[in-house]
Amino acid sequence: MTERIPILRIGKTLVVSVQFDLEDQTVLNLQEDLAEQIVAKSAQGVIIDISALEIVDSFVGRMLATVAAISRVLDARTVVVGMRPAVAITLVELGLSLGGVSTALDLEKGLAKLSRPTSSALR
Amino acid sequence: MTAPWSAGEEPQVYPIARSGDVVHIRQAIRALSQQCRLSLVDQTKMITAASELARNTLTYGGGGTVSAGMVSVDGRRGVAAVFEDSGPGISDVEQAMTDGWTSGGGLGLGLSGARRLVDDFQLRTAPGEGTAVTIIKWVR
Repeated sequence: MTERIPILRIGKTLVVSVQFDLEDQTVLNLQEDLAEQIVAKSAQGVIIDISALEIVDSFVGRMLATVAAISRVLDARTVVVGMRPAVAITLVELGLSLGGVSTALDLEKGLAKLSRPTSSALR
Repeated sequence: MTAPWSAGEEPQVYPIARSGDVVHIRQAIRALSQQCRLSLVDQTKMITAASELARNTLTYGGGGTVSAGMVSVDGRRGVAAVFEDSGPGISDVEQAMTDGWTSGGGLGLGLSGARRLVDDFQLRTAPGEGTAVTIIKWVR
C-alpha cells in the first residue's frame, strides 16, 4: 500500500496527526517520511498526535521509539501527544514502556514542551 | 480440537494473508468486543493482543486464518480468537514466550505480551506442524 500520512509544518516543528488505524507499511512510510522532512525542513521538533488511535501495538510502538531516536540523531526532538489512557495501560502491560520517547497529554502541552530549551529533561 | 466455541456461537473465519488483513482483524475483534460489552480497557487489550498474534501468523507462520467469536461458559461471556497457521511451528516454546526473544526482526513482545493482555492463552505447536494460539477475554 502507498498510503501516506500528511506531515504539516509550523515554524520549526513538524506535526503529524494519525487519524486512522494504520497498516504496517503506512507506519514504515511515516517513519521514513519524517526522517526526510526533518532534514528537508530543518525541523527542530516533531509532534506525533495519536489521540485518534484506539490501539498502539508493538509495531506502532516501535515506530514511535524509532522516530524519537532518528530525530535525536538529526538534532530534533519528538513528542508523542494524546495517548488514550486505555492505550497507555495496554502498552505498558504489553511490555513497551517507550522509555526514550517524550510524551505530552495534548498538542498544546507538546508544543510547550518543544519550546523549552534543549537542556531540559527532554531527550 | 481445542476450539472454545459453545453451541450456537459459530465463529467467523478471517484470512491472514497480507498486511491489510491485520487491520481487518483488529476491526472485527473491536466489533466483537463492543458487542460483548467488554470494558474499554479490556477491548483495547483484546484488540492489541489480536493485532500482535495476527502479525505473528503472517510473519512467522507464512499466513493462516483467525476464527473469532463470542463464547459463553458457565454464564460467563467473552470474546475468543484462534490464530492458526501451517508454518514451521515453534521448536522451543519456552524461549518463544520469553520477553524480547525473536526469531525475526521484531521486538519479541508478540507472544509474551499478548499472553499478558488476555485472560486465557493457549499455544499449540510442534516443529513442522504449524502453530495455533487461542486467546479469550472474559467480561468482568
